[in-house]
Amino acid sequence: MLSRSEVEHVAALARLELSEEEKELFAQQLREIIEYVNILQELPTDDVPPLVHVVPLKNVWREDEVEEHLEVEEVLSRAPDREERFFRVSRVV
Amino acid sequence: MEDICFLPAHVLRERFCRREISAKEIVTVFLERIKQVEPKVRAFLTLCEEEALSQAERLDQALARGEEMGPLAGVPVALKDNLCLSGFPTTCASKILANFYPPYDATVVRRLREAGAIIVGKTNLDEFAMGSSTENSAFHPTTNPWDLSRVPGGSSGGSAAAVAAGEVPVALGSDTGGSIRQPAAFCGVVGLKPTYGRVSRYGLVAFASSLDQIGPITRCVEDCALVLQVIAGHDPRDATSIPGEIPDYRSSLASDLKGMRIGIPSEYLGEGVAPEIGAVVGEVAAKLTDLGAQVDYTSLPHTRYALPAYYLVATAEASSNLARYDGVRYGLRVPAEEAKDSMALTRKEGFGPEVKRRIMLGTYALSAGYYEAYYLKALKVRTLIKRDFDKAFAHFDCLLTPTTPTPAFRMGEKLADPLAMYFSDICTLAVNLAGLPAISVPAGKVGHLPVGVQFIAPPLREDKLFQVAYALEQVVGFPSWRPPLEVIA
Repeated sequence: MLSRSEVEHVAALARLELSEEEKELFAQQLREIIEYVNILQELPTDDVPPLVHVVPLKNVWREDEVEEHLEVEEVLSRAPDREERFFRVSRVV
Repeated sequence: MEDICFLPAHVLRERFCRREISAKEIVTVFLERIKQVEPKVRAFLTLCEEEALSQAERLDQALARGEEMGPLAGVPVALKDNLCLSGFPTTCASKILANFYPPYDATVVRRLREAGAIIVGKTNLDEFAMGSSTENSAFHPTTNPWDLSRVPGGSSGGSAAAVAAGEVPVALGSDTGGSIRQPAAFCGVVGLKPTYGRVSRYGLVAFASSLDQIGPITRCVEDCALVLQVIAGHDPRDATSIPGEIPDYRSSLASDLKGMRIGIPSEYLGEGVAPEIGAVVGEVAAKLTDLGAQVDYTSLPHTRYALPAYYLVATAEASSNLARYDGVRYGLRVPAEEAKDSMALTRKEGFGPEVKRRIMLGTYALSAGYYEAYYLKALKVRTLIKRDFDKAFAHFDCLLTPTTPTPAFRMGEKLADPLAMYFSDICTLAVNLAGLPAISVPAGKVGHLPVGVQFIAPPLREDKLFQVAYALEQVVGFPSWRPPLEVIA
């Protein structure tokens, strides 16, 4: 059910570099887990709505007013790399 | 000294307010206890000794000036290390956040401080709260104070072990599928998962946002009610937090249960649940009947689908939430020529095996071609599970189940088999899917190990949980239990 190439595809989607051993192990373990969760397929659910959230709250808005916020310097000081008021990263394109 | 360390929080507060003991003395005694038992228990990742002592001094001065004291004045509290406390690392027991210092306090931390609580440290957990034994911590495992060869449960294993070992009277944990209740049961203490939305999640590092909830771990029910009173309530910083007044929880503590209707869902005593655990539930049912409750069997027919639905919903949300650990804004970064390689290498280096496994499963369940078969299907089953509870609550005030299918298991026993580990949460997961409040209270022992039972109530009826748990506490007497920790004085 879960081939090695599928494991590689999913890992790429998740931006996760895996070792050869991890690929092997996860293919086997995920296969077992997915086989197990497949018991859900035996339940008829065509007329059942999905439950995304248990709290019946909708559209929680607030006034568009400037409130207290974290200092930019406080936030940037946690970055692994920065330049002036920006986060700095390696080449993107 | 042991005597003070095992006093309930509400008694400590009272003695402090009556000036029988100073906050500084309280903190000093608990820090000493921590030093003595930590080599065996290893519940903490960080201690805040200086901060705690200076906070205690400020409290002593405030009391001397005649200021009004908060409901947790002078009470030492530990925080699970996925709760943000500014000035100290918040690691989530992960290498990816090993050096992360949050720039703000979680709302629960702010509320604890305003109530006069003294934060003494941050406790161990399974990495990002993913696990049931605290063995998935990137730093070290925590032991069960009742048997050092066994796990304390998880993921809030550090918090439960610290309370059980008398290192603090109160700790906060987080519960996504049982992570407060299961370790509370394994360690012989009280653990509450409040109704989803009752406690603000602002400042709790997200695992599965539609399931996560913060709650107290204590040695008695009254302390649990006291702490919920302090941390509950609406917070504009958490859009899912529920507006409205918080009832006075301590007024629901009563020693009789006349007229209370309690249901035992028979599915929770079936396959996979140890017979000794079933026997404890039977004894509890008899005690509750003696106290005036009416106890009957009931059914939650979709129970066997809770575990598979949970592992799809929780991992899908986790894979999305953990996308933020990309080495750009904070946390670990492994450099590479290109940004996308840096991200993949950072995550390879920073995450442990269980976190990777769950990111993989969640990403798979959300990916093109599988979304409907897995994630959407699980959300529909979630509706069926919630409807089961709705139907049961038409007839019962609360439900009684075991908290765990077995007592605490041995270290290493389930590490190689993820499914076996997931099964240890089989009694607690459905509650999170349905967003309900549930409490685990110690109910008896199997051999030398404590065992808990779980009570589940309708949304926002934590008062019912406190009522029944308090009544049970009066007959079981668990607050006087002491784990056999030999301490060299």
